[in-house]
Amino acid sequence: MKLVIGIVRPEKANDVLEALYRAEVRGVSMSRVQGHGGELDRVETYRGTTVKVGLAEKVRFEIAVSDPFVEPTIEALRAGARTGDVGDGKIFVVSLERAVRIRTGETDVEAVTPVGE
Amino acid sequence: MDLPIIAAQAKVDTGDTAWMLVATAMVLMMTPALGLFYTGLVRSKNSLNTFMMCIAAIPISVATWALIGYSLAFDGDGSLIGGLGHIGLQDVGFEPRDGTTIPHLVFMAFQATFCILTVALISGAVVERMRFGAFLVFAALWSVLVYAVLAHWAFGGGWLISGGTLDFAGGVPVEMGSGFGALAAALVVGARTGYGRQALLPHNGVYAVMGAGLLWFGWFGFNGGSGFGTGNAGVLAFVNTLLTPAFSLITWFALDLLRGRKVTAIGAATAIIVGCVLITPAGGFISPGWAMVLGAVGALPCYAVIVLRPRTRVDETLDVLAAHGIAGFTGILFIGFVAQFAWNDVADGLFYGNAAQLGDQALAALAAPVYAFVVTYVLLRVIGALMPLRASEDEEAQGMDVVLHGEEAYSSGEGAILVLPEADGRAEVPVTPT
Repeated sequence: MKLVIGIVRPEKANDVLEALYRAEVRGVSMSRVQGHGGELDRVETYRGTTVKVGLAEKVRFEIAVSDPFVEPTIEALRAGARTGDVGDGKIFVVSLERAVRIRTGETDVEAVTPVGE
Repeated sequence: MDLPIIAAQAKVDTGDTAWMLVATAMVLMMTPALGLFYTGLVRSKNSLNTFMMCIAAIPISVATWALIGYSLAFDGDGSLIGGLGHIGLQDVGFEPRDGTTIPHLVFMAFQATFCILTVALISGAVVERMRFGAFLVFAALWSVLVYAVLAHWAFGGGWLISGGTLDFAGGVPVEMGSGFGALAAALVVGARTGYGRQALLPHNGVYAVMGAGLLWFGWFGFNGGSGFGTGNAGVLAFVNTLLTPAFSLITWFALDLLRGRKVTAIGAATAIIVGCVLITPAGGFISPGWAMVLGAVGALPCYAVIVLRPRTRVDETLDVLAAHGIAGFTGILFIGFVAQFAWNDVADGLFYGNAAQLGDQALAALAAPVYAFVVTYVLLRVIGALMPLRASEDEEAQGMDVVLHGEEAYSSGEGAILVLPEADGRAEVPVTPT
């Protein structure tokens, strides 16, 4: 059981969702984050004020999956999010100690397995 | 006996002039109002670019209008195009414009605001992907090659107006010109990345509704001023500008309810504009009763096009064709049926015994769309051969605001580092302990 965290470009979020759906990964959380991953700074000018903006808008996926789904999830994230330019994002896989489904009290693998499968 | 009347006609009327000065300012305000409306309908990363296309229409069109457009539209009564007598505003002064009681200068300025708005309107077809520089070039040429020509046909003594076509405030040049030009522009520039595959949604419905409300306000100057004074025609058009959109809104509410069981705010914003466009050509020619009918019935074809267009591959993004082209077309034809001499002192329509009027209207409803579509299409193809029309896919993903303008509409300031101006954009301001 792993927690897969994918930080991707916001404009690729829809492609990632599509790829995850194809990989039959169903339980997904998504949030907007700001981050910096080595891409070039943008320069913006507001009247006389010029700034370098180091943080870029990103979307962070959090997906808790059972072991057989770890590789398909990573593959889906890569396939959906990759453009080939700096700033495509990162994928982190971390071990999960416990998972509980609030509605039923199911734990661990059952809790991260979507209903109806 | 004739002499005093002629003398009176050649005099500037203070009341008429006062109203036309106000009306001109009201129409100018419609362009930023349109910017607000359009901005609400695009994604947040393209807000400033969308607004800037409308703002840029002001200086570009004012310049082309003053230099050549006004002359081509309103000098003389050539069949296809006006003369060069008013180039650079030559001989445009304080004396009244022929056929009006307002100074020629005011007449020119009022007409200029129409040209500005029309150029801004067409941007709705190409927002979120067209390059700003290419748009500026397009706007300058389009304002002369399409707008000034159609304005001459419908207003300036060209073949439509001299042939008897009635167009009160711009169904031909403004509404059908922008609407069918927009269709051509969308076809040449091409769809946005992800169109038809991803949801590309409005980012601020409040902007859209507010923009539409301000447009309606400005439209009282647009239609009410097209009588060039406070006479019956202007008064009738002013009041009809209240009636028609109200009835378009009621129809739109009903259609929204039938289709989705909910009345939508962005639908309401669209209905206001559709109503104002419907009454634009007909304003001073039809009775208040028929204006209400026009609002209620004329909204139907526009609604149909708005529902059907997204099912095609044509990304005419902000539905300029439906809201302006189709509504203008409907309004122009409607005059042919219900124009009433008793109200307009000019001509009757088919229902009042003058079938020929419908023929004159149909001619305009055919000629204007064809001319606007063909010339816009060719013009953009030529510009496209000289410079890229649209941003790259990568730039489109980042958004036009950052890529083309170096600004964000909703900048949080987080993660932004101040750059010292004298360091040529390189050195950062040292962080000093406070």
